[in-house]
Amino acid sequence: MKIVVCVSHVPDTATKIKISADEKNIDSAGVSYVINPYDEFAIEEALKTKEKIGGEVYVVTIGNEAAKESLRKALAMGADEAIHLKYDGYLDSLNVAKNLAEEIKSLNSQLVFMGKQSIDFDNCVVPQMTAELLDYNSISVCVSFSLDGNKVTCEREIEGGKEVVESQLPIIVGAQKGLNEPRYASLKGIMAAKKKTIQEKNCTFTNNSVELIKIKKPASKNPGRILGTDVSVVPELVRLLREEAKAI
Amino acid sequence: MSNKILVFLEQRNGQIKKSSFEVASKGLELATKLNYEISFVTIGSEISNSSDLKEFGVSELVHLKNSNLSEYSSSAYTQLLKNFALENKATILLFSNTAMGKDLSPRLAVKLNAGVMSDLIALEISGTELIGTRPIYAGKALEEIKLVSDFKVLTLRPNVFKAEKRETASFSVNLKEIAEVDLSTKVVEIKKSSGKIDVAEADIIVSGGRGLKGPENFPLVEQLAEVLGAAVGASRAVVDAGWRSHSEQVGQTGKTVSPTLYFALGISGAIQHLAGMSTSKYIVAINKDKDAPIFSIADYGIVGDVLEILPVLTEEIKKIKS
Ligand SMILES: Cc1cc2nc3c(=O)[nH]c(=O)nc-3n(C[C@H](O)[C@H](O)[C@H](O)COP(=O)(O)OP(=O)(O)OC[C@H]3O[C@@H](n4cnc5c(N)ncnc54)[C@H](O)[C@@H]3O)c2cc1C
Ligand SMILES: Nc1ncnc2c1ncn2[C@@H]1O[C@H](COP(=O)(O)O)[C@@H](O)[C@H]1O
Repeated sequence: MKIVVCVSHVPDTATKIKISADEKNIDSAGVSYVINPYDEFAIEEALKTKEKIGGEVYVVTIGNEAAKESLRKALAMGADEAIHLKYDGYLDSLNVAKNLAEEIKSLNSQLVFMGKQSIDFDNCVVPQMTAELLDYNSISVCVSFSLDGNKVTCEREIEGGKEVVESQLPIIVGAQKGLNEPRYASLKGIMAAKKKTIQEKNCTFTNNSVELIKIKKPASKNPGRILGTDVSVVPELVRLLREEAKAI
Repeated sequence: MSNKILVFLEQRNGQIKKSSFEVASKGLELATKLNYEISFVTIGSEISNSSDLKEFGVSELVHLKNSNLSEYSSSAYTQLLKNFALENKATILLFSNTAMGKDLSPRLAVKLNAGVMSDLIALEISGTELIGTRPIYAGKALEEIKLVSDFKVLTLRPNVFKAEKRETASFSVNLKEIAEVDLSTKVVEIKKSSGKIDVAEADIIVSGGRGLKGPENFPLVEQLAEVLGAAVGASRAVVDAGWRSHSEQVGQTGKTVSPTLYFALGISGAIQHLAGMSTSKYIVAINKDKDAPIFSIADYGIVGDVLEILPVLTEEIKKIKS
């Protein structure tokens, strides 16, 4: 069975974000990019599943030339094949999903792992969209996954607890932290990944569903008040919370 | 035929959720301004609090009812909402950005070949267009976007939009029994986390970080939460250390919250923590390091030892509450 993992290439969470002059993008100078952290959970789960039931793990990304780095990382962790769908424009989610769905269809994969969310635009939509396009089942924000024949059981995080969800293949599973502990790439894996060829394909983005108007900085909050440096200010804090903020 | 807005109201345990009232309210505001019709729809088995919608201006709730739908099913809900949207010719579909709304809305969007604007913290009308604002890059920037697809699917961040009271003359439930539902994906069990208030839903959150020094000091946090009727939250550092459970984690790899009041106790305020809580209305920080980044976004700060201050704070609040 072919297991597909979709990964995105994103700015590291710790990097500072500078908005470009045209307000349509961020300045990539000085920004370090990484594989989307949730996608590492997705890769790990795919590898674990392959170890149990056999098959090959295909990793797919849509992005610019630099996105290859994330494919290499996945290969180094143990993925078998990598496919780069080259695109260098605004990554409209519906179009991303359409292109991923095409690729999954041509690979004829019944089991797909994605991250719950891409930490650049934090949309949380591509896994469910792709599943709907393929008429596959989907379970998002999963903290556990098990496969028994065709049957899939996952726990997904919800407000106040977890849902235990049952479904069956074909399916797209969205990985949340807690699903597993992603393995480190071994030196051998890293060396082998360097030698592997990454399949390159073009992809098409027509009729985007979303139009970006602009990117801006969040309004900076007025600097807060330091009320004091010891317990003596506690009554004043309580008074402010009650009378000024009206929050308690 | 005029245009229509569809508002999806989410129920859990037979109760329409608070965040759904917020979405209903925003829906009504948009309908008035755009001169659209509006429909409110919920899916479930029994629902006990639907009449509460009346004082928020809802005059009719369509309840798509099936005894197998007391819990969520992405397959069944998507199908039902698609049919409902098409029959009612609704073109703007509003959801709350909850676990359910996030799961359901993109699937529905695809059925309608629509784009999604998710996790909006502001939604304005410009001419006849809807302009959404949403945090990106963990809240380090905001993007303003609009949808250019014919159908438009939007999810609103809970606790950000206010549920405004608007009386209507009448209220009724339009019950539609659904004979058959597609349960190819279904919830078979809910595992509740320790019976307390969840951070994602709380109006007040009291969060502790590594400054608490150890799990043995978390009862101080719990006591303050108790007197405030608040949820207990945690930074990733204390979750990773095993002091608290992941369900309490606030931040990029935890939950995104927007309570009215957020206490950051012994939390430094790393960007990934801020990503999850910076849209809180009021932030109180207690930290012994005056240069801790949390103070840059706190409304009220105390520079001092959290272990000394916490018990006094709990006592003071107890006094005014009694
Ligand atoms: C990909 C990624 C995702 C992440 N996701 C999250 C996330 O979801 N949520 C999250 O919280 N973090 C997240 N982090 C981790 C984040 O970077 C920080 O490491 C973490 O938030 C620090 O937790 P802390 O503030 O409790 O600990 P610290 O940074 O160690 O801060 C402890 C603070 O307590 C203060 N202090 C110490 N003693 C006292 C005392 N007696 N009284 C008062 N103050 C005291 C110190 O001055 C300090 O400011 C993530 C990191 C990465 C790389
Ligand atoms: N450009 C992309 N290429 C491949 N996979 C992607 C891409 N964008 C999103 N995904 C997948 O969809 C998940 C959720 O992303 P999003 O809906 O954008 O938050 C990610 O964790 C990836 O697994």
